[in-house]
Formats: sequence, structure tokens, C-alpha cells
Amino acid sequence: MSRFQVVSGKGGTGKTTVAAALALALATEGRRTLLVEVEGRQGIAQLFGSDALPYEERKIAVAPGGGEVYALAIDAERALLDYLQMFYKLGSAGRALKKLGAIDFATTIAPGVRDVLLTGKACEAVRRKDKQGRFVYDHVIMDAPPTGRITRFLNVNDEVAGLARIGPIYNQAQAVMRVLKSPQTAVHLVTLLEEMPVQETADGIAELRAAELPVGSVFVNMVRPHLLDEDALRTAAGGRRKEIAKTLTRAGVTGSAALVRPLVEQAAEHAERVGLEREQRAVLAGLGLPTAELPLIGDGVDLAALHDLATELRKQGAGEEGDA
Amino acid sequence: MTADTSGTDAAEAGLDTDALLDDPGIRIVVCCGSGGVGKTTTAAALGVRAAERGRKVVVLTIDPARRLAQSMGIDRLDNVPRRVDGIDGEGELHAMMLDMKRTFDETVEAHADAERARAILENPFYQSLSAGFAGTQEYMAMEKLGQLRARDEWDLIIVDTPPSRSALDFLDAPKRLGSFLDGKFIRLLMAPAKVGGRAGMKFLNVGMSMMSGTLGKLLGGQFLRDVQTFVAAMDTMFGGFRSRADATYKLLQAPGTAFLVVATPEQDALREAAYFVERLAAEKMPLAGLVLNRVHGSEASRLSAEQALAAAENLGDARIVDQRAGKAGLGDQEAPDPAVTSSGPTEPPLSPEAGQASGPEPAAEHQDTTENEPPHENIATSATTPDHAASPGRAASPADAAGPAGATADEAVGVEELTAGLLRLHAERMQVVAREHRTRDRFTALHPEVPVTAVAALPGDVHDLDGLRAIGDRLADGSAPAPAGAA
Repeated sequence: MSRFQVVSGKGGTGKTTVAAALALALATEGRRTLLVEVEGRQGIAQLFGSDALPYEERKIAVAPGGGEVYALAIDAERALLDYLQMFYKLGSAGRALKKLGAIDFATTIAPGVRDVLLTGKACEAVRRKDKQGRFVYDHVIMDAPPTGRITRFLNVNDEVAGLARIGPIYNQAQAVMRVLKSPQTAVHLVTLLEEMPVQETADGIAELRAAELPVGSVFVNMVRPHLLDEDALRTAAGGRRKEIAKTLTRAGVTGSAALVRPLVEQAAEHAERVGLEREQRAVLAGLGLPTAELPLIGDGVDLAALHDLATELRKQGAGEEGDA
Repeated sequence: MTADTSGTDAAEAGLDTDALLDDPGIRIVVCCGSGGVGKTTTAAALGVRAAERGRKVVVLTIDPARRLAQSMGIDRLDNVPRRVDGIDGEGELHAMMLDMKRTFDETVEAHADAERARAILENPFYQSLSAGFAGTQEYMAMEKLGQLRARDEWDLIIVDTPPSRSALDFLDAPKRLGSFLDGKFIRLLMAPAKVGGRAGMKFLNVGMSMMSGTLGKLLGGQFLRDVQTFVAAMDTMFGGFRSRADATYKLLQAPGTAFLVVATPEQDALREAAYFVERLAAEKMPLAGLVLNRVHGSEASRLSAEQALAAAENLGDARIVDQRAGKAGLGDQEAPDPAVTSSGPTEPPLSPEAGQASGPEPAAEHQDTTENEPPHENIATSATTPDHAASPGRAASPADAAGPAGATADEAVGVEELTAGLLRLHAERMQVVAREHRTRDRFTALHPEVPVTAVAALPGDVHDLDGLRAIGDRLADGSAPAPAGAA
């Protein structure tokens, strides 16, 4: 099973939720996972209802069987300062660089450098071992940038190659790429059963594969229950309205005559949606990737809901295979 | 959760979309909001509607889904406004997709002589910057907006904002890039070339060499030389970048601009929308209102979720065993609906307020309740449905001819299953409606001053101008107090 799991997806599909549920799911039975975010949105803190995460790994949840989920909001500027400190013992010179805007420059303007720092920090956590030589984290799960930017974000090698041809950033990029392109990594995409996210997922997978990045699973999020059989719905749209009205009255609904039309119309919409969802499922099936489905959580995702989603993921064996 | 919570009886002011689109004083409409809320679709629909109301409009989209671009007839990414065919009336609609690299290139070409421009365009640092920097897209969207506005060819420019990490990036990135390009650090990088050995600047050179030494170590010497070459070549343009970024920023604050914050009635999207509203106020940028996309309503809202579920249970209790007909209750999913799973006899159905007159109990009593297998057990049978009793052809079958009175027991069960299904579906819809309402109320409590238009959810995606027109109608009608009904 991949030790580094990257979760991307179109905006609005619930990447952060899926990444968090995956971190919980993989932390069962005494394992330890690290959930990282890289876009400074504090999405993890919001989800777990905690204070804003500092640039520091801290325990954010426990999983069944004594497992632990740690979280970290990676900040490119801090990662660069750490890095300079580690390799150059810069001390106060680092602060001077910061004052001059050099750190800002390197992390914001210099293309690709920011991404190398962010992915580099995550890869460091993937490889980190304790004194006994065991991995500190069994899995690292990244709440990554959206599908439209994920390949460029991960393909730091290409980004940096044209610029830094030698030096530590170059070396760092090489080391990061070795982890990212290995079977240790799986890049998952989150989608909804709607046309645009599914199309974007298909495009994203093609891009990832072209860049030789290991594609993992597709997570279909916010799947709504099907409450009525489609053929029954079609019948409902037919000539049984009088019967339905009578049945409604018998079931204790007053004024049922006026309700039949809207109820049947709602059913027709539902049928249309079910039909569209089926088409999208077929497109997803055609991608030939492992797929997991997560139900819609209506009232906002809280910790209890995350645990439910994690259980669902464990049941479906999510995160356990990739095509690399 | 009673029937009246579902009505859009909100206290907030309505957003009059048509008045906004018709206002000759409004020259720019900016659609912003978090990812996945339908910004681009909203921008395109507003464009179609404004054009068909007689204005000459250009829609600047950033990264449209392929189908949406095709719906306006633009599948070429060529950075030039193209006229959209099929617009009714006197108005015109033009649409373009932003090509950020080309916009950057054009900006360089427009502000440097040919030789210098070539040196810049060929510089590796420039090439990465123009294609890859996280803020370039935002900056170039603003640059393009400034250019379009300066041409003064259109009555109205509608801008879609880039899919940013967060909604706020869109406002910050142009300033950031602008201040970088003529900032302290860039000037330092240029300093050796410019100030040479002037005595007074010596200390600066010490700092400079320390820094370029560090950066050189970090990034490799070649990188630094590329940056220095780039900076030297760009030197004359820096002032221009900064002043244009400032001018566009001022343009956004001017009365001729209107911001529309786009969201869906979900917690995250509305939280981002609230941030955005606050930020626009802080930046003194004119907010026209909130477009709330994909809102659900129900024309049967007087029947509450509880009432519908109770009625469905009455029918369920009365059910006669029939494996063939037993399938209508559930589809192919395990139903997570607690109301369905708790249909055991221990939990008496809630008495529906609206149903007091006739009362649910008699229905249960006069039917033969021969078994009470929960509907769940029928999942297996439901998989085999397509060819059986509920096929479309059945609509004209004996059930209608004979009427319910003369129907066989089998058919009577069929209609009860069907009706119970309709009721459960309605209950789910009402729960969604109530949830969206609560989320929306939280936003309204924070920002009661923001006018809102609610756009009813469509079952599918938009593929053509008619689809965009339909959205446009909804945008215009969405401030009406009645709930946007069946989609």
C-alpha cells in the first residue's frame, strides 16, 4: 500500500474531507498517519473543529484501535527557512534575507521553488524514521491543489529543471521526484457524479499518466441515496395520478390532489438525475481505476461524520492499490 | 422543520439581476467565489442575458469546462474575443478565454522594443514565470480586463475569476506580482549592474553578494544569472507593470464595476462567500450581491418531511407481501435515511399535522398487514427490476382501465409502493431544502445587507445557449419570494 497518498480533485468536490477520512481510515489498528495541507487554507482545522494549525505536526484525532492522525499545514516560507537553517546554519542571516524580500521572492515568484518546498516537506515526512529505524508515519496523506494544477504541482522536476540546474533546490527536486514517481506514492482524484468534475477527473488522470505520476483511486464523493426505482418513477409520470392522489389521502395526507403534480415532477427530476449519474458512473468505470464511493453528508462534516466516512473507506478497501 | 421553513421567505433583500445588467453605468461585472460553485456558468449566462437585453457584451472566462466553452461556441483558446452566434435581438455577445502566457507575452511586446522583447521572451526565468507562477493567472486576468476596458468597445465586460486556492487570491495576486516586479529585492538583484562601484552603495553590494551567494547556492548560479538578465531586460517595464496593476485595481473600486459573489447553499462555499464580502468591503470594492446557485425548492412544500415520512410509513405498514411489487421502495443504494431504517413497529409514525382530518391509522387497519419485512431486504430484488411490473408500458394497463376500486390486490400494492416512494423522495427534498435554508440563514445573519438571487438547481449540466438562457431566467427570477420550484 502506498505510503504517500495525494488527494486532488476539482474545486468543490470535497478533497479535504476525503483526505481527512482517508487519514483516519489508514490510521486504524495502532498506525500513525500524517495529514498535510499545502494551500494555507486551514481546511483541516475547520474540518476537525480545531484552532488554526501551526507549522508543526500535532495530533488531531485518534482512530479505532489506538491509531493516531497527526496534521500539518505546510508553509513554503517556513519550509525554506528551515531548509536554509538545516543546510547553511543561517541563523540571523535568514531573517535578513526575509527582510529583504528574498524569502518571499524565492517562495512566491521563483516558479516551482514553492512547490518543491511543499512537496519536499511532505516527502521528508514520508521517509522519516525513528531511532529504531521504523517509519515515523505509516502513511502521509496530502490535501493537494485541485486537479487543474496537480500535475504541475507534483511534477516539480520539470518546473525546476529549466531554472535550477544544479544546487540544493535541484537536488531536492530530484529526491522529491524519486519518491513521487515510485510505487510509494498514489495520486487519488475526488469527483462527484456530475459531468464537469468527471470530465476533469478523466483529463487529470491522462495528464498524471503522461507525466508518469502514479494514479491511485477515484473517490466518488457526496453520493446521494436512490429512493425510488427508476421504472416506477416513469410509471408515476404516466397515468396513475388519480390512484396516487387516492393513496395519498388514504395515507393521511390532506389536499392530496394538489400535491400529486409536484410530487410526480420531483420524481421525474430525480429520475433524470439518476440517469445522468448512471452515465457518469459508466465514464468513471471506463477509467479502469479502483473506485470508492462516499455518501453525501447533509449537515456539514464533523468529526463523527469523518469517522463514518473512514469506516466506509475501510469497508471499500480504499487507498490500498494504485496502478503504479 | 415545518412546511413554512421551505419557502424563500427570507428577510434579505433581493438582487435585481436585470436592473444590474441594464444599467448603462455598469461597465464591468466580476463573478467571484470559491471553486466549483458555478462562477463560469454564471458569467456566461449573465453574458447571454445582457446581450439579449440589447447590450454589447464581452465575457472573459479563465478556465471554462470544455462543454461550457462549446455552449458559447468558443473552443479555441486564442485570447481574442470572438462573437457568439445565435444571440437574439440587437445586442452582441463576445466571449474569450484567457491565455495567460500569451497575455503576458503581448504585454511585454507592447511595452518593449523588438530586441528587448525578444531577450525577455527567450529568458528561461521569464518562461517559467509566465507559465507557472501561482499569481500570474490572476495578474493576467486583471491585465486583460484593463486592456478590454481601455478599448471601450463593449458596453459591459463580464469577468470570471480564476480558480484560486482561496477566493481572496484573486485580489491579492496582482498586487503581489506588481510589488515583486518593482520591489526591493528585484532592485537589489539589479543593483550591481546599475550602481557599479559607487562608493555610497558599497554596503549594499556586500549585502547583495551575501544574498546572491546564498541564492546562488540554493538555486544554482545559472538561475540567478537568468533572473538578473530578466530583471535587467524588464527594467523599463517595471513602472508600467506597477502602474497598470494600480490602475486596474482602481478600476475595480470605481462605481462602474459590480462584484457578484457566487456560492452554493453549502457551508464551505458560503463561508468563503462571507469572507469575500468582508474583503470586498475592506478594499472598498462595490458588491452588487450574492448569486446562490443550485438551490432546491419544492412546490409541495406545505407537506413537511416528517409528514411525508409518516404517510409513507402508513403505506409501508399496510403493504401486502409481493416480491415482484416489493421493489419500488428502494433503489440500488443502501438507504442511509434513518427514517426508513427505523420503520419498525416500536416507533409510531408521527401524526402529520396536515393529515389530522382523515388520520393515518384507519388506512393501516383496513389493509391486510400480513408481514412487515423492512424495505431494505428488497435490495436484491430491486436489482432485477427493469423488465417487470413497473415498466413504462404499464401506464395504460388495467390499473387505469379498471380504476383503483377494481384493481387487483397486486396492483393496489403497486400504487402504494409508488406513492410511498414519492413521499420518501419528497421528504429527502424537504430535508435538503431545510438544510440549505439554515445555511443561507447563517449567511444572511452575518450579512443582512447583501442582496441575494437564488438560482434553482438544474438536474444536469449546461450544454448550449438555451441552457444558459434558462440559467439567466433563473438568475433574474431568483430574488422573487416564492421558492424556486421544480427544476
